[in-house]
Amino acid sequence: MNRDVAESKSSSTSLDVRVRELLSRGRKDLATTRFKEIAIYFALIGCGLFSLLITVSIIGVLLTETLRFFQFDEVTVTNFLGSADWTPLLGETKSFGIWGLISGTLLVTGIAMAFAIPLGLVTAIYLSEYAPRKVRDILKPILEVLAGIPTVVYGFFALMTITPFLQWLHEGFNVYNAMSAGLAVGILCFPTVCSLAEDALQSVPKSLRDGALGLGGTRFDATIKVILPAALSGIISAFLLAVARAIGETMIVALAAGSRPQATIDPRDEIQTMTGFMVQMAGGDVSNFGTEYFSMYAVAFTLFLITLSLTMVGNIVRRRYRETYE
Amino acid sequence: MSQAPQEHDRLKGQEESSQQGQEQQRRLRNSVGRMLLDHYFRLACIGIACISVVVLVFLIGSIITQGVPSLSWTLLSGTPEPEPSEAGAWPAIAGTIWVCTICALITLPIGIGTAVLIEEFKPRSRWANRIFSVIQLNISNLAGVPSVVYGILGLTAFVSMFGLVGSLKRGESSFEIGAIYYDQFTNLASDPFMSMGVEDAKERYFLAPVISPSDPPTVAKSGMEMFEYQGDQKIPVKIEVLDPFGELPSDPDALSLAIAADTVPGRISEKSWYYFSLPFGRGVLAGSLTLMLVILPVIIISSQEALRSVPSSLRDGARGLGATPWQVVWNITLPAAAPGILTGSILAMSRAIGETAPILIIAGIVYIRNAPQHLMDSYTVLPLQIYNWTSRPQEEFHAIAAAGIVVLLIILLSFNAIAVILRQRMQNKVR
Amino acid sequence: MNTSTLETTTKRIMNQVAPQPIAEDDSTDVSEATQFAIEANNLNAWYGEFQALHEISLEIPKNQVTAFIGPSGCGKSTLLRWFNRMNDTIFSAHATGNLRLGEIDLLDKSTDVVDLRRRVGIVFQKANPFPKSIFENVAFGPRLHMQLDKSELSDLVEWSLRKAAVWEEVKDRLNAPALGLSGGQQQRLCIARAIATGPEVLLMDEPCSALDPASTLAIEDLMDELRDQYTIVIVTHNMQQASRCSDKTAFFFEGRVVEFGTTEKIFTKPSSQKTEDYVRGRFG
Repeated sequence: MNRDVAESKSSSTSLDVRVRELLSRGRKDLATTRFKEIAIYFALIGCGLFSLLITVSIIGVLLTETLRFFQFDEVTVTNFLGSADWTPLLGETKSFGIWGLISGTLLVTGIAMAFAIPLGLVTAIYLSEYAPRKVRDILKPILEVLAGIPTVVYGFFALMTITPFLQWLHEGFNVYNAMSAGLAVGILCFPTVCSLAEDALQSVPKSLRDGALGLGGTRFDATIKVILPAALSGIISAFLLAVARAIGETMIVALAAGSRPQATIDPRDEIQTMTGFMVQMAGGDVSNFGTEYFSMYAVAFTLFLITLSLTMVGNIVRRRYRETYE
Repeated sequence: MSQAPQEHDRLKGQEESSQQGQEQQRRLRNSVGRMLLDHYFRLACIGIACISVVVLVFLIGSIITQGVPSLSWTLLSGTPEPEPSEAGAWPAIAGTIWVCTICALITLPIGIGTAVLIEEFKPRSRWANRIFSVIQLNISNLAGVPSVVYGILGLTAFVSMFGLVGSLKRGESSFEIGAIYYDQFTNLASDPFMSMGVEDAKERYFLAPVISPSDPPTVAKSGMEMFEYQGDQKIPVKIEVLDPFGELPSDPDALSLAIAADTVPGRISEKSWYYFSLPFGRGVLAGSLTLMLVILPVIIISSQEALRSVPSSLRDGARGLGATPWQVVWNITLPAAAPGILTGSILAMSRAIGETAPILIIAGIVYIRNAPQHLMDSYTVLPLQIYNWTSRPQEEFHAIAAAGIVVLLIILLSFNAIAVILRQRMQNKVR
Repeated sequence: MNTSTLETTTKRIMNQVAPQPIAEDDSTDVSEATQFAIEANNLNAWYGEFQALHEISLEIPKNQVTAFIGPSGCGKSTLLRWFNRMNDTIFSAHATGNLRLGEIDLLDKSTDVVDLRRRVGIVFQKANPFPKSIFENVAFGPRLHMQLDKSELSDLVEWSLRKAAVWEEVKDRLNAPALGLSGGQQQRLCIARAIATGPEVLLMDEPCSALDPASTLAIEDLMDELRDQYTIVIVTHNMQQASRCSDKTAFFFEGRVVEFGTTEKIFTKPSSQKTEDYVRGRFG
């Protein structure tokens, strides 16, 4: 054995000698490496803290400007939280009742969810439980494309295609109406609901599914009685995230829902949402220092609080179901 | 559809052939019902799943039928004229390119850096760990913040910089780099009355450099050296100052080098592409930074996923060879995760391209005739131009808006296609 | 992150980075070597609440092959991973007692693990070549630690690949992706990669468990060839392997070293009943 070793050694002696010399040289100085390492680490920590800074500044900006809004004489907290009259541009009879905008937002969101949740959920069930591979390979990219279309395009679609269609169905529809905007927001949220719900369904372990089928259940039984309950928290989080998305949606409502804030449940009527009002303020010629300008911040703060709480609950629920199965 | 009755018959047959007790009969019939329910549910699912296809086809179809007829070279290269047939979107397209390129340059390092920090530099101490999970939670919450809220933040933080530096009025920035100011004089010959009789005298403009934009107007003196544009180059010239009511030279060259004694110069500025001033105002940089806020969480989350998919055995291998944490990341993890990070970044950028609301908030609806020239120049972006055209009452503009949408969708689809190709490459590589 | 490593430690260690003379060929008479590469004294190690190692005391002799055997989960891999601090990445891992590599305290938090790992190479259970070319895989370590010109680097790569007995198979396709190699070749490539940095100690964590018999044989031959230059510690489930290639053997059971001695003694007349049961294949 040792003889073999010796032989193989002698065949490459000169290489051996050279490499020995290489290996016996000093190594690179660690101090510079260390310094670089620490510098990079701090840079990365800076990046990480930057995202915290964003949150802090969102809250800071919205809070201070909202407080400034409430310092105006014409604004009272009771009016803001207790009224549904939102008429900031009406000179003498200004009223800042946030419910006038929230009701519009809720109407649009309600219509959107009535469309997106059932369809999104059923499509998710189909994709996850029934669909053959080929169908999945077609449907998934289509959903991705739908999700990637800019919202201004949906707004155009709502105003130019859905609204005329609704008016053709029923004459009562206004040119700007909540229904058209709601449907477009629904189409926008549909891929979100669908892919998040499908994630939740997919994360149910295969063993549960097989167990239900093995006991003689049909796929339908397995889905309704076993998989849906198991994936429930994930599905709920999908709904919450979709609702948050619908509430924050801007361009569709700015184009198709109109600009008359009113508390109505008539989907044929013109309404204004919180986001719609912000766009109207930013796009119009409002002086930078009037009450109505600062009301934009108050609305933004309200919107931020609502969506943040929905996303937070949604994320917590989602994390919990992930933990259950991973 | 025809399968259902057949299946029903088949099961019925089974049911009849089984000469079991009544209980069993009942149970079997029950199971027939369940099979049918399953069957119809599947059909309903297929029907509903088709809705997404129908909607997409309908959406794309309606936009194409409205938009394609108005697609023209004018649309791509022209400026947004008030006359629909002459309106183009070039300033908006150029604005989109400017804003999104700068946005990508700023966002990618920060986003990937954050993802690397969270995934590759997990801390060992308990409290640091807690901070990391706060950062993580914060990022997933930021992803859910409506983009219009980022617009409001951008309006306060970038456009007016919290009102801390300077004011928003033109020419009143408190700090600027990359701008040179000149006082521009017109020569005597440009006045048709003065140049009467001297046919060959050319209209010329002379520039006198000004040190600070707040300096008083330059007073021209005879023999003073000023600059003149000849082509793209500034050539120094000596000018003469003459009394416009005195005797004027009849030599056209002399007349064209002379300016009237009472000429009041116009203050102009020459800004290089990197012109920078505080506050940012409604300029390209403010738009890019605002879009950065919108897509940063998206890039962080997708980069994290890409990093997580790198097998930890590779990291162990590099670590075992004495690589420092950053050397592991730079030499091993990042290259292995690069396709995934790239795919996510491309998708995030396509979101930035289509994002309208925050830009609308910070830029407002303004009439922009020129492509942006520097970082602080006012701008508009393609989706905003589409919004602008859509919200006008004239039908003709709606057709142009649809054509603009077609352009926008083509850009986005090509981005998506690149992402899909990259993803497939990556999957092939992983085997 | 170990960026907190102190300047002083860095200096202390850097003095030791100074070239360690690799044992000369004629000093193969290992039986007389009484130096120890690694010494553990009353070492206890935990993963969170779970104590993985109990009062480990043993000395790994220099320039010999030491095998760790024992049933799964007995702590042998844990000990191995403490030798070059690979456990640092595991959040909950911590240890008490004494563990030294020459002058270096392996448990000291301020010990420079980067430098440590230059000197203590490791080969993992599953071959993990980087998704780069064969050449780049071997050149990875040297590039990190040494200032070499092109020809020096290719010398070093060739030498390492020759040492790892894989040169003949790959010399014509050094720029081909390493992932295209067979499992056995990949593992030998990983060994080449580990010795290219010129370590003193080579740790092998079940290097053959995922390989076919032919590749296993190749790697065992390789260890034979390397033993006079490197201190090798191998964790193995394969009793034959331990008896074939190691000089000393430690038998682990439930986090304790039941017996540690020359391989011959452990396999022929173990002093403990447990050891005997295990090496006879009665459990494990």
